[in-house]
Amino acid sequence: MAKFIAAKIPEGPLEKKWQNYKDQAKLVSPNNRKKLEVIVIGTGLSGASAAASLAEMGYQVKSFCFQDSPRRAHSVAAQGGVNAMKNYKNDGDSVQRMFFDTLKGGDFRAREANTYRLAQCSAALIDQAVAQGVPFAREYSGYLSNRSFGGVQVSRTFYARGQTGQQLLLGAYQALLRQQAKGKVKIFNRHEMLELVCENNTAKGIITRNLVSGKIERHAAHAVVIASGGFGKIYYLSTLAMGCNASAIWRAHKKGALMANPSWTQFHPTSLPQSGTYQSKLTLMSESLRNDGRIWVPKNKKDARNPNEIPESDRDYYLERKYPSYGNLAPRDIASRAAKEQIDNGFGVGELKNAVYLDFAKAIKDLGKTTIQKRYGNLFDMYEKITGINAFKEPMKISPSAHFSMGGLWVDYDLQTSIAGLFAIGEANFSDHGANRLGANSLLQACVDGYYILPYTLQNYLATQIDKPKPVTHSQAFVDAEERVKTQLQTYLNTNGTKTPDEYHKELGKMLYDYCGLSRSRKGLTYVIKEIQKLREEFKTNLLVLGDTYQINSELEKAGRVADYFELAELMCLDALNREESCGAHFREEYQSDEGEAVRNDDDYAYTAAWEWTGNASQPELHKEKLVFKNVSLSTRSYK
Amino acid sequence: MKLTLKIWRQDGANTKGKMVDYPIDGIEGDMSFLEMLDVLNEELVAKGEEPVEFDHDCREGICGSCSLQINGEPHGPDRLITTCQLHMRSFNDGDTITIEPFRANAFPVIKDLIVDRTAFDRIQQAGGYVSVNTSGNTIDANSIPVNKHNADDSFNAATCIGCGACVAACKNASAMLFTSAKVSQYALLPQGRVEAVDRVQAMVRQMDEEGFGNCSNTGACELECPKGISLENIARMNREYLSANAKG
Repeated sequence: MAKFIAAKIPEGPLEKKWQNYKDQAKLVSPNNRKKLEVIVIGTGLSGASAAASLAEMGYQVKSFCFQDSPRRAHSVAAQGGVNAMKNYKNDGDSVQRMFFDTLKGGDFRAREANTYRLAQCSAALIDQAVAQGVPFAREYSGYLSNRSFGGVQVSRTFYARGQTGQQLLLGAYQALLRQQAKGKVKIFNRHEMLELVCENNTAKGIITRNLVSGKIERHAAHAVVIASGGFGKIYYLSTLAMGCNASAIWRAHKKGALMANPSWTQFHPTSLPQSGTYQSKLTLMSESLRNDGRIWVPKNKKDARNPNEIPESDRDYYLERKYPSYGNLAPRDIASRAAKEQIDNGFGVGELKNAVYLDFAKAIKDLGKTTIQKRYGNLFDMYEKITGINAFKEPMKISPSAHFSMGGLWVDYDLQTSIAGLFAIGEANFSDHGANRLGANSLLQACVDGYYILPYTLQNYLATQIDKPKPVTHSQAFVDAEERVKTQLQTYLNTNGTKTPDEYHKELGKMLYDYCGLSRSRKGLTYVIKEIQKLREEFKTNLLVLGDTYQINSELEKAGRVADYFELAELMCLDALNREESCGAHFREEYQSDEGEAVRNDDDYAYTAAWEWTGNASQPELHKEKLVFKNVSLSTRSYK
Repeated sequence: MKLTLKIWRQDGANTKGKMVDYPIDGIEGDMSFLEMLDVLNEELVAKGEEPVEFDHDCREGICGSCSLQINGEPHGPDRLITTCQLHMRSFNDGDTITIEPFRANAFPVIKDLIVDRTAFDRIQQAGGYVSVNTSGNTIDANSIPVNKHNADDSFNAATCIGCGACVAACKNASAMLFTSAKVSQYALLPQGRVEAVDRVQAMVRQMDEEGFGNCSNTGACELECPKGISLENIARMNREYLSANAKG
């Protein structure tokens, strides 16, 4: 029998909950704040914004990243934009509507109170980012510009050409450096968290490896914040950076933090298709392209003509046909699955028949080349650099690719995990997006978590720590944790087998993509779980890592990450197997309508699946957080 | 394609490095340059040799992690791209390719092709920000309209990815293009004007302390910059600096 867990959602009507929380949250006096230390892992939008904000309040912050500079965290790569309820366009937007769009986009599998808070806090982010000097796109009038994005019917997306993530991240990075200059933050670059240290189920610090010297270090603190991002890289081919990993959250999970909905992965519909086995990543083309690009495949599977020679009558604009009201702007999960359906049925285009066309010919004809150049110039350039094809002359070829983890560490309304003093923010947690995240809500959630929510909720926790003894690094828990890390690293080096971490990662990724990717089935999942177990056993005895632990050793870093992926992969499959319904990005082949649309089961599955580590990767324990909907009526999610 | 790679190998910051030759075969035009190095590394590991260490992360030209001096040019022969976006179709069968780390006193080698670029963080930290707290309690974002021309120029300067190609391209290893891009971003926005005097002085001071050289006025930095950051930014920083010093 699964146990039920509670999210500690504040009382009161939906629109008052966050204010009620803030009014009642415990405070720490400025004099006491400087005595309290916080560790933040990751320097992307959520981590940098949290570290900067906490330091501004007066806490002592240690900020960790594996990159050579905090500015390189993968938030930097987000292209399209950030949503905010400003209603500058006067097109009918409101907090209620943004809340509803997000909840519906997530197929009613997110927590109402969290999603509402996200929409409520969104407007302040734009005000603040502009004050920080983030150069958002502007109209000739000098006022801010907006664009529309998938899954909504208003224009609430703010953007900085195709580099919104970069500009927002640099804003957060600079706020972080400003605090380091003041001595309130210490940044540890080229450091990787390898263990969470707990005493009495309370987070007390972390063990890290200095990736340059190899030194294993202990860091104690009054609270630990994990902001390490998503784990879509588990599929090997993904839109993520090479270094993105699940290790921080997985090692916290193995210390008792529950993992929620781990199998819910968003596949981005507009990335570039794979072209060979050597390929290391799939480059994302911003979803904003779907504002003006039309997606199609030839009606005839065997049509080998150049796309420009295929007449309108022989083309199937399948999104426009199937979803007339949203058309090419259908949400990501729907657009990705529709593309997979075309490809699986043999209508794919390109040499490997693994792509669909994204065509700008009509937009260029209607709006002129100059307008399209202005809107998407850098994306067209990027496309040409990678493929050698000019998209002004020929349609782009795109395909779905693993992109965003809706799942992650389970957190309550305070963004606290099931371990006291351990918080998870941004993509590392599971909270706001349900079973599918809307475009341009990711940057928003990362910022809102770090800038506006954690400063209240973490302080509420820290207020209880003032009288407690300061965590120390010479406790037995730290000694044991350090020993475990050292032993584990040595094990990878001693295995002395024949296959590299990348070889295992590619094999594992392919298995997951085939059986726990865009669509899943009981049969496939049951099969692949056994395959994952087999490969994991082989990994333990046949891994090859050269060198030593006392210097830069990227193969050693990869080995640890892949070892964690092997365990997480099985949990993803078990999670997907458990949920006998289709919702959002989780599409179970057994549960679909006659037209191939997802069929939810609200009676049995309106819950968050939160898994507990039991010491055996094959036998996690399920906990359920019941999702209660008081402010919306659950409807079939239709974009027709 | 069959290629000969000449790669800088160096065990650590305090050891001497040397160029080592590696023949490689089976390279396809659609591979990215870093994927070609992945292939080499897998081959090296299989032979029991330690792989070549290099910085990389996003592999889509935006994080600024990847570097590499390829045939003497930062990020290789093509313009307006980073090494991770360079594809092997830019080379020919039989080519010899030299691969070295970015060279500058302020960027010491850590291992093989990896250099320490934290000097850039310190320049940024000296003043590359607007001193506003992150509470969100500021004026409405639309209360200060910004002239679109200035907003666009500011954005263009802000697209710098901090990779260090400008330094590696410059015969004086100057960081003027990097520093001026950040100075310009804020000099062009009303939000940045308040601290403009202190900012330019502090960032230039830090840049000098890090050991970067003087501007060579050759424009090599602009030519090699993967983001096309314009020399106009250096001119703008010089104006800002002179006027700041005049104001004291």
